[in-house]
Amino acid sequence: MKNIRNFCIIAHIDHGKSTLADRLLEFTHTVTDREMQNQLLDDMDLERERGITIKSHAIQMNYEYENQEYILNLIDTPGHVDFSYEVSRSIAACEGALLIVDASQGIEAQTISNLYLALEHDLEIIPVINKIDLPGAEPEVVKDQVMDLLGCADEDVIYASGKEGIGITEILEAIITRIESPEGNPDSPLQAMIFDSEFNSYRGVEVIFRVFNGTLRKGDKVKFVNTGKVYNAEEIGVLKLQNTPKESISAGNVGYLISGIKEASEVKVGDTITHQAKPCQNAIKGFEDVKPMVFAGIYPVDTSEFEELRASMEKLQLNDASLVWEPETSAALGFGFRCGFLGMLHMEIVQERLEREFDMTVITTVPSVEFRAVKTDGTYQEVNAPSEMPEPNTISHIEEPFIKAQIITKSEFIGPVIALCMDKRGVIINQTYLTSDRVELIFELPLSEIVFDFFDKLKTISRGYASLDYELIGYRQSSMVKLDIMLNGEKVDALSAIVHRDKAYDWGKRLCEKLRSLLPRQMFEIAIQAAIGTKVIARESVKALRKNVLAKCYGGDITRKRKLLEKQKKGKKRMRNVGNVEIPQEAFMAVLKLD
Amino acid sequence: MAGIYIHIPFCKQACYYCDFHFSTLPGQREAMVTAILSELEMQKGYLQNETINTIYFGGGTPSILTSGELGNILEGINKNFSIAKNPEITLEANPDDLSLKKLQELFQLGINRLSIGVQTFHPELLKYLNRAHDEHEAIHCILMARKVGFEKINIDLIYNIKSDQHQSLRYDLTKIMELKPEHISAYSLTIEPNTVFGNWKKKGKIKEVKDEYAARQFELVAEVLEENGYEQYEISNFAQDQKYSQHNSNYWKQVKYLGVGPSAHSFDGLSRQYNVANNAQYLKSISSGNIPATKEILDRKTLVNEHIMLGLRTMWGCDLELLKTKYEFDLIHQNENLVDGMFNKGLIKLEKDRLLLTKKGKLLADEITAELLWV
Repeated sequence: MKNIRNFCIIAHIDHGKSTLADRLLEFTHTVTDREMQNQLLDDMDLERERGITIKSHAIQMNYEYENQEYILNLIDTPGHVDFSYEVSRSIAACEGALLIVDASQGIEAQTISNLYLALEHDLEIIPVINKIDLPGAEPEVVKDQVMDLLGCADEDVIYASGKEGIGITEILEAIITRIESPEGNPDSPLQAMIFDSEFNSYRGVEVIFRVFNGTLRKGDKVKFVNTGKVYNAEEIGVLKLQNTPKESISAGNVGYLISGIKEASEVKVGDTITHQAKPCQNAIKGFEDVKPMVFAGIYPVDTSEFEELRASMEKLQLNDASLVWEPETSAALGFGFRCGFLGMLHMEIVQERLEREFDMTVITTVPSVEFRAVKTDGTYQEVNAPSEMPEPNTISHIEEPFIKAQIITKSEFIGPVIALCMDKRGVIINQTYLTSDRVELIFELPLSEIVFDFFDKLKTISRGYASLDYELIGYRQSSMVKLDIMLNGEKVDALSAIVHRDKAYDWGKRLCEKLRSLLPRQMFEIAIQAAIGTKVIARESVKALRKNVLAKCYGGDITRKRKLLEKQKKGKKRMRNVGNVEIPQEAFMAVLKLD
Repeated sequence: MAGIYIHIPFCKQACYYCDFHFSTLPGQREAMVTAILSELEMQKGYLQNETINTIYFGGGTPSILTSGELGNILEGINKNFSIAKNPEITLEANPDDLSLKKLQELFQLGINRLSIGVQTFHPELLKYLNRAHDEHEAIHCILMARKVGFEKINIDLIYNIKSDQHQSLRYDLTKIMELKPEHISAYSLTIEPNTVFGNWKKKGKIKEVKDEYAARQFELVAEVLEENGYEQYEISNFAQDQKYSQHNSNYWKQVKYLGVGPSAHSFDGLSRQYNVANNAQYLKSISSGNIPATKEILDRKTLVNEHIMLGLRTMWGCDLELLKTKYEFDLIHQNENLVDGMFNKGLIKLEKDRLLLTKKGKLLADEITAELLWV
């Protein structure tokens, strides 16, 4: 056990975590050159393309240092606020962390919040300043920031370049000499924590865990404490580039377990694995049932593809346990699914995976957070879709989720950032200068205001120099209303949204304008209205089409014109029809991008 | 009853708007006439011995051929097909080809209908369209044709050429009224991709006329011509005293026709086919005894859609009873809500089991047709 080191990497997106991880694998000969593919750890196509890690993975390396063989378990962490619970579990599985900071970008909000998480778990932090080879690098300045933040000594900071392979040996040495070996008793009752899982279509769910106490042997009957389910440990092993089966995994080590689990939802990150016969006394602390934060409807563009969409969602859920959904019907869109996501990025990923991996074209409706409609007797009903909103006279008030947001930016952007947050109904709580020109701002904001385009806007007004992290802090009373959109007097349920009363007018007006530009002119005039209850608050109209007639139908060439018109009709059939108005797919997306 | 169409794929110069098949190289003219005669022979069974009541020379520019060449083709038709007693024989002609002598010869051949490519009487617009004639030639040839004895003359008019043309369309219409043709084909300019205009549009040099303006011009044409006793029997076609183009009407009524020459289209009641739109390939194929045609068999759905599309454009309308009895397709029932909406907005009307476009509806002919198609 004393030769095991468990560590993770904390870094902001684009600070070079994946490249650096690749180098570690290369230097420890975990991969051969032939197997080396850039950013090896991110094995979903989507991840590689976006340069971010969506799901975390783990890999074991062997390294010889001063004539001793060491086992280094690198536990990769996702780098987005949507997945912060997964990050916390990964961190809980480690004794140390590499803190990677880009030599030209400096420290970002995401990095800090994950760093705090790591410090809470008493992890040994090894600061690494990466990308020192780039022309814009200011390693000295960034080093000062890091020393300020960690209170560490000058010589503790390692300069590196993942791209050039600089500093890799120093990092490996630091991992061995500075990170403590895991503690625990291999002879105690089994106590292991699940920190990840992966779906394999042939073998079912692969559970990835860290053993804190006891020893897991092949063939053992194990129990997952929180779900109460019992499995047979058919295969266990360690995670090299490929799975390497072992007879046993003991306290301090990281491994995988395969026992024919069919559904990812049975495997909950943070759950404790123990022996059925001789269970441990306590489950590992910190387990949470992850709850979705953002909800939206997903519908097939072609209504006949509903069953196909269902099958695709089921497959998707096999390796994405945090995605939840149930069937839903919309008058405008037909049959579809109400889905819950961890955040907006998660929602985008699900949509993209449906399109790429399953070749589905889908319409996503206005995302919503989970509101609470509080009744007069104090009980409440959860509302995560506009259609679920009770009549105003049946409830006492509405509550909405609030978050604490941490934004780090350059001091010159403080003004615009504060203005943006105020516009989003935010309240500033604190402002701290991290260095002379880097400021940390803390706001309390309604979650519903940041699920749309908040992050994009933040990036724009700060020219990219702002980072965001947030956590849920509870529900607060808010004056929310349901805003409906009507076309020729008929409600288009898929365009309804729950918005703050003060913003309803502006929202309605902008949405009507946007729809006017997106709805094609048709045979009849189209009246677009936004309404709260029966009160119309904004209106626009699309004038009737004036002329659509080709002069020529001549020379006996009938086929060409017929095909042209048939194509036009097929295009119309793909659109949704409400109140005799044909609505193109883009119109349903319009609400997502209102500016 | 059936028609024969002969495509003459040569022009003196390319009009900037035209996307019909033609070549400006006159070299293969003789060979082409020979090939057309061969194809007539090869296709003599195509119309299953139906009597031919219309013959139409289109192009390209058929008036480019000598009277002798045209005579040979007519003879070829006579030899291979049974012709009705008084067939309608139309020749498309450009004013610059129509000398008095030529007109007399054409008349002698039995050609009894001239479709003259006037397009406009504005000299600057004629240049803009790259037409080979001027406005004087246009007027002159029509007056001569009358003297020679032609009783059926069509004038081709193009409008919506440019947006500042408002006054000029009235001028063109006035000039046409003075010439009193029996028939007028009035086309709102469509910019097709593979034309000079199409190219200019792609480069942003020119724009299509705005919808609202184009619509008003369309209405103006219909209004002026109606006032002068012309009937709008098809979206773009107007006739006096029921002197409709029988040949074109037959296209719209799904009557059989044989098209001969490169790019020509044929219809035998169950299928459509069209020849290759390339002179060299056409000549080569015909000389080796093959007709270079692409064929499309029409299923019930397609026949229904053609009937809807073609019928709605004409004053005879779309025959709902025929759709029901012949194709078991109930157009109204299939589109109840939609048809109701169109009735209420005054876009369509019903006359004795026939669905017709109203004045307002004609402007939306394509939109309405597309909505009603069976897909």
